[in-house]
Amino acid sequence: MSDVAIIGAGIHPFGRHDGVPGLRQGVVAARAALADAGVAWSDIEIAFGGSAAAGNADTMVTELGLTGVPFLNVANGCATGGSALFSAAAAIRAGMADLALVVGFDKHPRGAFDPKPADWGLPDWYGEVGLMLTTQFFALKLRRYMETYGISTRTLGLVAEKAFANGALAPHAWRRTPLDLETILSAPMVNDPLTRYMFCQPAEGAVGLVLASARKVRELGVACPVWLRATAVRTRPQGSFEVFSPSLDLERGVSPTVLASRAAFEEAGLGPEDVSVAQLQDTESGAEIMHMAENGFCADGAQEAWIAEGRTRIGGKLPINTDGGCLACGEPIGASGLRQVYENVQQLKGTAGARQVEGARVAYSHVYGAPGLSAVTILSL
Amino acid sequence: MSDLAPIAPGLFDPGPPPALIGGRDKASGRIVFPCPPDPDRFEPVRLPSEGRIWSWTVQRFPPKSPPYAGPVDPFEPFAIGYVELAGAAIVESRLEGFAFDELAVGLPCRLVLVPFAGRLSFAFAPLTERLEEHGS
Repeated sequence: MSDVAIIGAGIHPFGRHDGVPGLRQGVVAARAALADAGVAWSDIEIAFGGSAAAGNADTMVTELGLTGVPFLNVANGCATGGSALFSAAAAIRAGMADLALVVGFDKHPRGAFDPKPADWGLPDWYGEVGLMLTTQFFALKLRRYMETYGISTRTLGLVAEKAFANGALAPHAWRRTPLDLETILSAPMVNDPLTRYMFCQPAEGAVGLVLASARKVRELGVACPVWLRATAVRTRPQGSFEVFSPSLDLERGVSPTVLASRAAFEEAGLGPEDVSVAQLQDTESGAEIMHMAENGFCADGAQEAWIAEGRTRIGGKLPINTDGGCLACGEPIGASGLRQVYENVQQLKGTAGARQVEGARVAYSHVYGAPGLSAVTILSL
Repeated sequence: MSDLAPIAPGLFDPGPPPALIGGRDKASGRIVFPCPPDPDRFEPVRLPSEGRIWSWTVQRFPPKSPPYAGPVDPFEPFAIGYVELAGAAIVESRLEGFAFDELAVGLPCRLVLVPFAGRLSFAFAPLTERLEEHGS
């Protein structure tokens, strides 16, 4: 399989930006990525982009330039960004293009995410009795996991504390004020055992990436290409535990994350022990904990010791969510997975400033979303 | 209570004792709840009326209404959970009659039919006697 590199990455800061449309934020990120790569929009041979709630990516050509470029809109829920990246890499490997742009953006108002039962193939009573809430799913999956594997509430708090500490070091993060553990643990409960500071919130932001073939990397003389070693997207297998499930099988199975992670490591020819830094989906602090095991970085239950020892902090054995993740950046659905990739590119290029992981060579990112899909990307120098 | 219309048809059998109606996949034997509207593939099956809490949480903020049909002003937090019904499936349900600070994985519970927003719905309530031990 031919090699693909990320040669440019740009971001529009995450958070809330009143009066700035999501598409406009996407244009800012795309231009930043082009400038970072040192190429022009007119050089781009194919583009993939998407948002969940902020418009059609291909209308960006109005601002970027009417070059006639094929621009494909991608809509894949929480994996929209990851799927756009997956598609662009496939196009380059197929020989369709040597230079591609990927862009993910979104804009969600406060209290967005308002699912309707019928849109999810569920009967009306499910919503009427009060079960149509994503936060419940995260709490229910987590409670079962904590009971089974001995994870404490304090550990949930430590994950959030780390997120806000790291967010304070990331210029693109939304929440940039550290919070102490006691404040996090004593905050109002949203869905037990998760308090308000343990959940991420709907937000806004955008990320652009420029991808190039190995031939193009040589032609341009790129000084520090970041190689795309694997991109894997997987949907749920039998027995996985997903959002909006009126019933579960007695015989429990693995999650789509386990499938995507295995596939990505196999494609990259690497293992969890090779990874220097990881960005894992942290919709809430328990998700980061469970995803450490689902992605193969530790055994179920080992997170309690890992986190107590600070192994997932910057400077630890495996720093996780070095820009504060979804907890500190918020979750603009179409941009969130690409933010992880943006952060990993900074870590590998050594441009992550105060949050730099020393000597990072292999970087891992993982996004998970409803109705049960996962995307994993592995990058290396 | 039984004068109330069910919140959905085919969801439960009023009994006594009441039971949820699941669907058994004719090919694989797998049981799901509720019974999917596909009689070629699924046949209705009464689920056990007693089980154990498999996981739980408390809904502390009012769900968006609609779709939520319960009272939101004032809103009273309510418990929900998954209940393991041996030999059948793990079903999601509201939990009634549990003190929030007593909720725990493994607690025995039983199905009850409860009035909800002018109709009859279902929930799982504490089961004080031990499972599968009747009388002395």
